[in-house]
Amino acid sequence: MTEIKRITTPLTDEVVEDLRIGDKVLITGIIYTGRDAAHKRLIELIDRGEDLPIDIKGQIIYYVGPSPAKPGKPIGSAGPTTSGRMDPYAPKLLERGLKGMIGKGMRSQAVKDAMVKHKAVYLGATGGAAALIAKAIKKAEVVAYEDLGPEAIMRLEVEDFPVVVINDAHGGDLYEEGAAKYRRD
Amino acid sequence: MREVHVGEITKTVRDLFIDANINLGEDVLNALEQALEMEESPIGKEILKELIENARVAREEEMPICQDTGLAVVFLELGQEVHLVGGDLIEAINEGVRQGYKEGYLRKSACHPFTRKNTGDNTPAIIHTEIVPGDRIKIIAVPKGGGAENMSRVVMLTPAAGLEGVKEFVVQRVKESGANPCPPIVVGVGIGGTLEEAALIAKKALLRPLGSKNPDPEAAAIEEDLLERINRLGIGPQGYGGRVTALAVHVNMVPCHIASLPVAVNIQCHAHRHKERVI
Repeated sequence: MTEIKRITTPLTDEVVEDLRIGDKVLITGIIYTGRDAAHKRLIELIDRGEDLPIDIKGQIIYYVGPSPAKPGKPIGSAGPTTSGRMDPYAPKLLERGLKGMIGKGMRSQAVKDAMVKHKAVYLGATGGAAALIAKAIKKAEVVAYEDLGPEAIMRLEVEDFPVVVINDAHGGDLYEEGAAKYRRD
Repeated sequence: MREVHVGEITKTVRDLFIDANINLGEDVLNALEQALEMEESPIGKEILKELIENARVAREEEMPICQDTGLAVVFLELGQEVHLVGGDLIEAINEGVRQGYKEGYLRKSACHPFTRKNTGDNTPAIIHTEIVPGDRIKIIAVPKGGGAENMSRVVMLTPAAGLEGVKEFVVQRVKESGANPCPPIVVGVGIGGTLEEAALIAKKALLRPLGSKNPDPEAAAIEEDLLERINRLGIGPQGYGGRVTALAVHVNMVPCHIASLPVAVNIQCHAHRHKERVI
């Protein structure tokens, strides 16, 4: 097995470049949530030349729309959503210093190219392991777009949040290499 | 005639959606355990262990297995000797969905197609009603997540495509879906009927318990071959590479028009949730 790498946010180029596809990574620190509707709004702000409600430099965005928190819990179940829907928006965020994206499912070539160019990583959280993932989230607060409900941008404090590197800053793709290894033609 | 108050339907729908979202069925858990035995990829094995552990955590902490607690799909088998009293059947089902998603802390995922404004209570439910003999009502609650549903397709093949054409379409669909629908998946295939009938029987096919054999030997043979081919794709758990891409393939077949060969592929994620009750 590959060793487990521990990283803390915000991420530097050095940390990002050390990550390789297939690495198991535990994240500690702050990560931000954002999915379809929030991305649409962020890009509208960028296109108008306005400031974003969060500083994304060095940060990680987690594509998630959690279920409601039960009383006494910081968050409900919180597994990843399909990342491909964020592909039209991701390159503009990477260009502005976003260093990591957490989700599940395939990315477009444009996003993969932008990751290499701007030194960023795409990390996979296990889709459907949402109750388990929630245990790594210690605190959650809405920081923007509260009207979007489960799609609002939240600031999450995470401890040993488990992910696997799917696309690294060197052009590697775990989906392609993994499937090629086990394919039987 | 047997009288049933619609309030009983509301309560049942409420309970079923909460139960389905929190407690993964034994058949799915068994299938995941079997997948763990079969899987060769180290990372694939770890993912499968996580999924089994996740099901345990969800059950113990009464949390949803997956944050995508789905659109509320309801299959209703209504006995023709039942007389419903006390209100509107459809509204009773929607009220059950409303209560279940609120009181069960389930995510509301229904929205307007263009403005994307959330309806706020996960209604309207998608309701499929069948009138059947008898004086009972069977309600099946299927919370259907978006990720796997998005990978599903219907195609109207030409009859010349034949069985091989159908198989190629199904395998290609799974291949192109890759990691997106949260493999290991369950593949529901509807062959025949019309456009909507193919889609409906594909979804119904998902409801058969995992590990059960199709009573139709022709369909059973197709299932076996498709599962073999799909698991040769190498996609594996979460798409990280591995032997187990699908836990099962379920096929439903009905006659179709002399000009047509409709095929529907309804993909379901490993969080394969459905619960039923008879009242």
